[in-house]
Amino acid sequence: MTNSIIHIFLALVMPPLLLGVIGKTKALFAGRVGAPFLQPYYDILRLLHKGTVFSTTTSWVFRAGPIVALATTAVAALLIPFGAHPAPISFTGDMILYAYLFALGRFFTMAAALDTGSSFEGMGSAREATYSCLAEPTLFFALITLSRLSGSYTLSGMLVNINFSVWMHTSAALLLLVGGMFIVLLAENCRIPFDDPNTHLELTMIHEVMVLDHSGPAFAIIQYAAALKLFVLGAFFVHLALPYSTGNALLDWGLFIISMLELAVVIGVVESVMARLRLIRVPQLLVAATILAAFSTLLVIR
Amino acid sequence: MQSALQGAVDPALVALFAALVIGCAGIPGLFIQKPGPGQILSAAATILAALAGVPAALMLIFSRTATTYVLQWGLPFGPCELVIDPLSAFFLLPVFLVSAAGSLFALGYWPAAEHRTTERGLTFFYGLLASSMAILLMARNGVFFIMVWEIMALSAYFLLMTEHEREDVRRAGIVYLIATHIGTAALFVSFSLLAAQTGSFLLPAAGSLSALTPLASVVALMAFIGFGAKAGIMPFHIWLPSAHANAPSHVSALMSGVMLKMGLYGIFRTLTYFHDPPLLWGAVLTVCGIASALLGIIFAVAQRDLKRLLACSSIENIGIITTGLGIALLGVSSHTTVLVYLGLAGALLHILNHSFFKPLLFLGSGVIIHSSGTREMNLMGGLGKGMPRVALLFLVGSVAICGIPPLNGFVSEFLLYLGFFSQLKANNLTYLVLLAPVLALVGGLAMVAFTKLFSSVFLGTPRSSAAAHPHEAGVTMLLPMAFFALLCLVIGVVPQLALRLVSPVITAFYPQAMSATVSTEYGTILGRLSLAGVLLVSAVVVVTLLWRWRLGKGLISFTSTWGCGYQRGTARMQYGGTAFSELAVSVFDGIMRQRIKRPALHGLFPKRSHCSDVPTETLLDKVISPLFSLAGVSFAFLRRLQHGQMHMYMMYIFVTLFILMLWAH
Repeated sequence: MTNSIIHIFLALVMPPLLLGVIGKTKALFAGRVGAPFLQPYYDILRLLHKGTVFSTTTSWVFRAGPIVALATTAVAALLIPFGAHPAPISFTGDMILYAYLFALGRFFTMAAALDTGSSFEGMGSAREATYSCLAEPTLFFALITLSRLSGSYTLSGMLVNINFSVWMHTSAALLLLVGGMFIVLLAENCRIPFDDPNTHLELTMIHEVMVLDHSGPAFAIIQYAAALKLFVLGAFFVHLALPYSTGNALLDWGLFIISMLELAVVIGVVESVMARLRLIRVPQLLVAATILAAFSTLLVIR
Repeated sequence: MQSALQGAVDPALVALFAALVIGCAGIPGLFIQKPGPGQILSAAATILAALAGVPAALMLIFSRTATTYVLQWGLPFGPCELVIDPLSAFFLLPVFLVSAAGSLFALGYWPAAEHRTTERGLTFFYGLLASSMAILLMARNGVFFIMVWEIMALSAYFLLMTEHEREDVRRAGIVYLIATHIGTAALFVSFSLLAAQTGSFLLPAAGSLSALTPLASVVALMAFIGFGAKAGIMPFHIWLPSAHANAPSHVSALMSGVMLKMGLYGIFRTLTYFHDPPLLWGAVLTVCGIASALLGIIFAVAQRDLKRLLACSSIENIGIITTGLGIALLGVSSHTTVLVYLGLAGALLHILNHSFFKPLLFLGSGVIIHSSGTREMNLMGGLGKGMPRVALLFLVGSVAICGIPPLNGFVSEFLLYLGFFSQLKANNLTYLVLLAPVLALVGGLAMVAFTKLFSSVFLGTPRSSAAAHPHEAGVTMLLPMAFFALLCLVIGVVPQLALRLVSPVITAFYPQAMSATVSTEYGTILGRLSLAGVLLVSAVVVVTLLWRWRLGKGLISFTSTWGCGYQRGTARMQYGGTAFSELAVSVFDGIMRQRIKRPALHGLFPKRSHCSDVPTETLLDKVISPLFSLAGVSFAFLRRLQHGQMHMYMMYIFVTLFILMLWAH
């Protein structure tokens, strides 16, 4: 019970901090002081107090977009285990629900973007639709590998199972998986090298351009949902890449928080040292990620 | 209560009677001069029959027994048995539901007053098609089965030809007629060989034949070709998109929602004869199924015609169902009961689900076409403002068909995923799990196809003057759609109930698969899924309230969409359907190509020009069409037999019969 409360508390409070850490890391690389760690929180609070501008072209679908995106991500956050602690909700097959919840959020985000009738936002959603459907098989290959390694059909069972001895036995498969899933993590969260969350006035944008017409509280919801998505997918990734556990409940929570911050630093470093890819390269990289994950699956089920 | 009813009237008799009533529903209209009353009478009769037929079918499913009637027909093909077992009764559900909803829809969509010449035939053949499908499910004599099968196929042809003055309709009709008769020819072979093996035209009892004889393989292969052609499984799908696109929408709903399922029913029925299917059969079904699913949805993504997109997505869904059946069969061959259970549960539930959301979408497309006068998605847009209710219902159908929670499509795909994963711990059939990423890709592509469909029709601003003045559909059109949307929601939110509906059918198909532990285990899992669905809905409510609260505190203003500084945007500059899917289609270049003819621009002030795009299937263009032209050329000499003189045709039949009789002696 206590663990569930801590889980929900962390999922509610911590996500924007990751964005703050990423921002700070990038600032350090650029030799700037950068915005404070808590800047994303200030941004969200400020947006919540602003007024809203609606386009006259839009209908209720436009308003539903951010709401469904946040609601689906929040439910997904309850399915994923944080660190060594199992998730509050766990049942056989929950990994499939996890994957499809994001699809529901995406459906409404894309529909909301297309509701504005702007060709810019149309471009964004066309890209989102294509790239996400290329990223989908990678996640499933990862789920297969993890499920085979743990013999479990729940997210908690398969992710908590990963530890150093599993790593020692199947290091090749897990290494391939870490590679594939890191690419998917960056792609799904629209980070460099797929997308740049800091600009939206470029023709190559994906996520930021889809939310161009949202404003005020709705935009706060979008920002928060994006942070939460990074947090939820990051928690999945952290299980693979940094499988520490101590056995002490409190220490494990601390370890989880530290691992998540480490992940944010790594993302910040990647964003600092890389440029964005040309659009035609993006599908190639996503297919490469799928193949990495498929290799890892073949290694464990052969 | 139920048992008392059962004592009073035999549900099987009710179902049979309901089927006959639906078949005769269109007849009075043929003789009534005034347009209108005939159609209303037929709709009323069909709905009343369905109201009786659906509970009867449910009772028959849950009674878990088979009821047999023998028809005295005096033909030399042995006794003509009519049997309703849980498998037949299960397939009866969509027949009754969709035909009733469609006939109500027709009152608003194809009113007799506006379509004086075509309405009578349409109403008559519509009833005949629905009725023949219901009788088909009961037929247990091979010859009778083929007769009803032909009535079904031909009434579908006449329905399809309703607008025969249009060239593309006639072409679609010819392609359909050829495809369905190739299928029927294969069925002739299959049923004759069966009769040769068992000594009677009665269909063999469940599990009575061995699959290991060479004859059995031929029977199964021919049945797969014949029934597969009706169901639209790859590679027998060529007829499907144009046929479903060119029929009136409520007919498309019946064809796509129910008639395709008759092909699947045939495959199910054929498989019940054999008690030891080899692994190869399951493998063939699985491979054809997953290929249909993937290719079908790739075709769908590239379409620009609203109804063609829906038709291609039918190929996808039939593929998903076939995959489920395939893994169930693999489970039967390898004695893995959990695989049989999950494969069958997923396949059967998807059959039911598809017969809810596909008619919903086809009926919706009827309303859209009625309002905008075109099927071209690139010319629509902004219809959601004029017809918000249709938009909402269509959105429910789109989300459901993409297999997204919390609607019904997700439930059946969830069961299939569990089936794929179930062999991961075992050492045989482990590779089945590789189907999961493919199905995930199919799901992703379905989302591309249906966001494209929904948004280019309902969202944004109208792209042509035709779409500029939408009007909300009447109640007779909205009611059937709302009914299907409700069913999608109910199965999505309480999937445990749907699982209970399919379990008698699973028992009938493979008794060993059903055990109390398995059904309670998956019942509990689906119960959790339904709780997660409730949680999702409440999360949406909470976030909405939060947003409304903050929205009320701030200033709200309205302006046009931000044009990024560009002041003279027009509706045609929006991302259209073709633009939206171009990137996704380009990834699958070898299979499907969006051939875009771009004009060459000259000089600083280029003249007015236009750009067009045609989605083309590589396989159809490069392989199948040349083969058909070749066949056309090489059999040209046979045209001499086709001279249009009726008495000569009857002569042919007589001579053939005579020769056959001589040969038999």
